[in-house]
Amino acid sequence: MKPNLVKATPWLVVAAMFLLWELICAGFDIPEFLLPAPSAVWKVGIEQFEPIMMHATQTFLTTLAGFAIAVVVGMLIGMAVGSSPLLYRAMYPLLVGFNSIPKVAFVPVLVVWFGIGTVPAILTAFLISFFPVVVNVATGLATLEPELEDVLRSLGASRLDILGKVGLPRAMPYFFASLKVAITLAFVGSVIAETVASNLGIGYLMMSASSSMNMPLVFAGLIVIGVMGVVMYELFAFVEKRMTSWAHRNPNGAA
Amino acid sequence: MSFVKFENVDLAYAPGGALAIEDVSLDVREGEFVAVVGPSGCGKSTLMKLISGLRMPSGGYVYVDGRQVGGPLKIVGMAFQNANLLPWRTTLDNVMLPLEIVEPYRSTLKKERRRYEAEARQLLARVGLAGFEDKFPWELSGGMQQRASICRALIHQPRLLMLDEPFGALDAFTREELWCMLRDLWQLQPFTVILVTHDLREAVFLADTVYVMSKRPGRILVRREIELPRPRDLDVTYTDAFAGYVHELREHIGRVRAT
Repeated sequence: MKPNLVKATPWLVVAAMFLLWELICAGFDIPEFLLPAPSAVWKVGIEQFEPIMMHATQTFLTTLAGFAIAVVVGMLIGMAVGSSPLLYRAMYPLLVGFNSIPKVAFVPVLVVWFGIGTVPAILTAFLISFFPVVVNVATGLATLEPELEDVLRSLGASRLDILGKVGLPRAMPYFFASLKVAITLAFVGSVIAETVASNLGIGYLMMSASSSMNMPLVFAGLIVIGVMGVVMYELFAFVEKRMTSWAHRNPNGAA
Repeated sequence: MSFVKFENVDLAYAPGGALAIEDVSLDVREGEFVAVVGPSGCGKSTLMKLISGLRMPSGGYVYVDGRQVGGPLKIVGMAFQNANLLPWRTTLDNVMLPLEIVEPYRSTLKKERRRYEAEARQLLARVGLAGFEDKFPWELSGGMQQRASICRALIHQPRLLMLDEPFGALDAFTREELWCMLRDLWQLQPFTVILVTHDLREAVFLADTVYVMSKRPGRILVRREIELPRPRDLDVTYTDAFAGYVHELREHIGRVRAT
């Protein structure tokens, strides 16, 4: 296939999906309060552009805040767990157990603690997205080649030296890979919390729209979330490529 | 005066567990080139860990430079079968890594960077890597990576170089090239070398003294001085004297494996 055509395939797939959706809605004459056609969603999106953008901005900032905390906390826990086999053993079951709890079940607890609003949404985004960062940073550190460690230790390197010179740089590809996963999870977290306990954000917008049977608006919200997720994912994929080009080397094409 | 001295050294990795090496005594002069050969799993690598202070003996004593080894030594350079270069650093930066850790280089690196860099480039040129300093390790062939790895082991001018099957993964021709490279480096500026290998030709070609170890638990069975004149050329490997040494060592190994 021609390279340009390959590049265009994601767009073609999206366009095909919308087209199929439109045809199904028109062909089976599906009422709008069940499944609105893309054209109806688009119309609402234009009409209600300002409120949608306002809620989207709220969700976006909430997600970023939760994601930022997740990156910092995940990095710290990951470093601790990854560089100490004892901590690894001690903490892992707890972390896995914690990660298995559906975060939506945790939102009411957060509401009791912090009230309805932005804080539970930020915390939910954080709670749902820090685990992949922990796992990846810990894996990156824990899989250090023992011989390389011997080389450094025989030079008299401290643990901190080894962490800084080898451990962290080596864990960077894992770390940046986890950011892509974490940012999309953070959107899930913030929208869940907004749906349950907020009066702002895309989650809230969808909740109130569905209670008034305004399905086109609900779908407009879903699409906005999806778009934000893809954009942020691509951004972090780009950052990952730039920061860790040595890990994505092409043995034949390297300069 | 011995530089590295083992006195009846035992090592069990788990307390009270099976011994990895047993009752090893040996003496290495400063500047001597020693090779340790033996069947696989005989505790050759354990020996290296003991000398470098990464492991403490369960019994007996290890002395390096007249002092009992009590922790990682800083006068040691190490290289392994796997070159273990860091893929995010250029070849030059990989070679410079020890200077970022070992004193006195560590505290003077900022000021003297240019001088150290020149030294590293000179060392790389000496092993035939001129022009590859700014390439990344994954752009080098296996033999080149191993050359760089040995440069990294030597950049801080260690008095003791320890090599654990450094040429094991290379093809025969590259291996012989690297023997000569190591020989030249050592002849130019003698340091003590302990080379762990299971290539008997490699041991005889490079070493002053060859130790043969037994199967686990590793013990030293034979100590053989190689009295081939230096400097040795690759041609020496086709002489009868050379073949005699290899043959003799081979018989010892054969006996070890048969038991």
